Amino acid sequence: MANVGIRASRSLPQRGPAPGFRFFVYAILSVVLMYLDRTSGWLELVRYGLQAAAYPLQLAVSSPAAAWRWTSELFESRARLQQENAALRRELRELELRTARIAALERENAELRGLRAALPAVAEKWLPGEVINVESSSLRQRLVINRGAEHGVFKGQAVLARAGLLGQTLRVGPWSSEVILVTDPEHAVPVQVVRNGLRTVAVGSGEPDVLLLPYLPIQSDIRIGDELVTSGLGGVFPAGFPVAIVVAVDRGGGSPLAQVRARPLATLDRDREVMFIWFREAHPAAPAVESPDAAAARSLGLAPIPTTSPARPTAPPSDASANPRSPEPLASRPRNTPSATPDGVPAEPAR
Amino acid sequence: MSRDSEPRGLVVATALVGLLLQTLPLPAPIAPARPAVLVLIVIWWSLMAPRAGGLTLAFLAGLALDVFKGAVLGQFALATALVGYIAIRQHLLVRYRPPLELMLFAALLLTLWEVVLWMIDGWAGSSMRGASRWLHLPVSALCWFVVAGVLGRLHRPL
Repeated sequence: MANVGIRASRSLPQRGPAPGFRFFVYAILSVVLMYLDRTSGWLELVRYGLQAAAYPLQLAVSSPAAAWRWTSELFESRARLQQENAALRRELRELELRTARIAALERENAELRGLRAALPAVAEKWLPGEVINVESSSLRQRLVINRGAEHGVFKGQAVLARAGLLGQTLRVGPWSSEVILVTDPEHAVPVQVVRNGLRTVAVGSGEPDVLLLPYLPIQSDIRIGDELVTSGLGGVFPAGFPVAIVVAVDRGGGSPLAQVRARPLATLDRDREVMFIWFREAHPAAPAVESPDAAAARSLGLAPIPTTSPARPTAPPSDASANPRSPEPLASRPRNTPSATPDGVPAEPAR
Repeated sequence: MSRDSEPRGLVVATALVGLLLQTLPLPAPIAPARPAVLVLIVIWWSLMAPRAGGLTLAFLAGLALDVFKGAVLGQFALATALVGYIAIRQHLLVRYRPPLELMLFAALLLTLWEVVLWMIDGWAGSSMRGASRWLHLPVSALCWFVVAGVLGRLHRPL
């Protein structure tokens, strides 16, 4: 086959270097790119530029779906809009009641802690974004969002959906950012069980509706229906954000570890709008940086590694185009307020 | 219809369309079966007009896939450049074969492309399990007839 290949290539009139030489150059270039991209941050600037160049195409890719949604909304019937309006009013009333209850709990909590006033919410600012591209396979669970460094988004930033934790930013371009979902096989999030405070790590499975809890011994107190929230460890996510519900616990099979599966609360394959969050670093529920012992354990492969180490600015730029909302609206969103979990139980502060 | 021997503009335009088709968001249940349209386009141009597209087209197409799919930079570039190189080396032997044989040749190259990606995933520490990554191969092979039909109408090889 080699002889045939050589004969074939010789009959191609040569312009510039031979195909073999050019392939060799491209192969070496690819290997160098992979090595640098994997082992160092030298290619961050290249990625940044490539993401900027890709943004118009990504917008073009997402435009048919966006146009379809816009058209559907345009022709929605008056009756349906009234129905939706009524439902939203009901939801608003419920949220107002819950907010009042949570404010009371926060004051009570602050008094018990001996603080002079209730602590502010851990989230300092937040910024909504829209999904413009999806990569959903067993290898990668990623989203591209139409918010980037120009809007103040940074690498390793927590991203939420309406019902729970979505993931964190993996790469940030000027106008877009790539979010690695909690279900990505390379992602892990430290969680704890709301019912008893049991801490563990939830690992992505590659399926949009399955999280795995592979590090729980069989005697662990965990049941179907247990709610998982972020534990605040790991240095990325603050404590108390809803993550998933346990849907299966298998203690058989002779393994010393239980096989536990959970369903993410965020509908990762359907959510179109997401929220970037900035935290108050001095808040007790802010993400805790792990101890050297834990880092050593992770480096030995004893626990999966959250893929990014955040370099977290304290707040987004005050540029009007960035339009991050003030903390007040968030404070009225009890599900996203880490100082109180959805069922009103104050979350344990990060240690 | 173009009869230009080096239709570079057409090559770039079709590659962009292929990139859009290969990255268009699809519902999760059918996303794993999405055909690798851009790779099929690279193979077709490498066979039918190797000087117009060539290895540069293959490498840049792979690099674009790296960016769009969030892969380690160079992964798709290496796999696509390899596929483009083999297609260019064999183009005189293969280009005038019957459509079925051309489709089998493209399927072979696509399998090689996926094997290279799979090996690099292993090197990069990603999961190598899961059969879903191979699902697109038969779909892509069938799509060869469509890609070859459309591109054959746009550009007739000399």
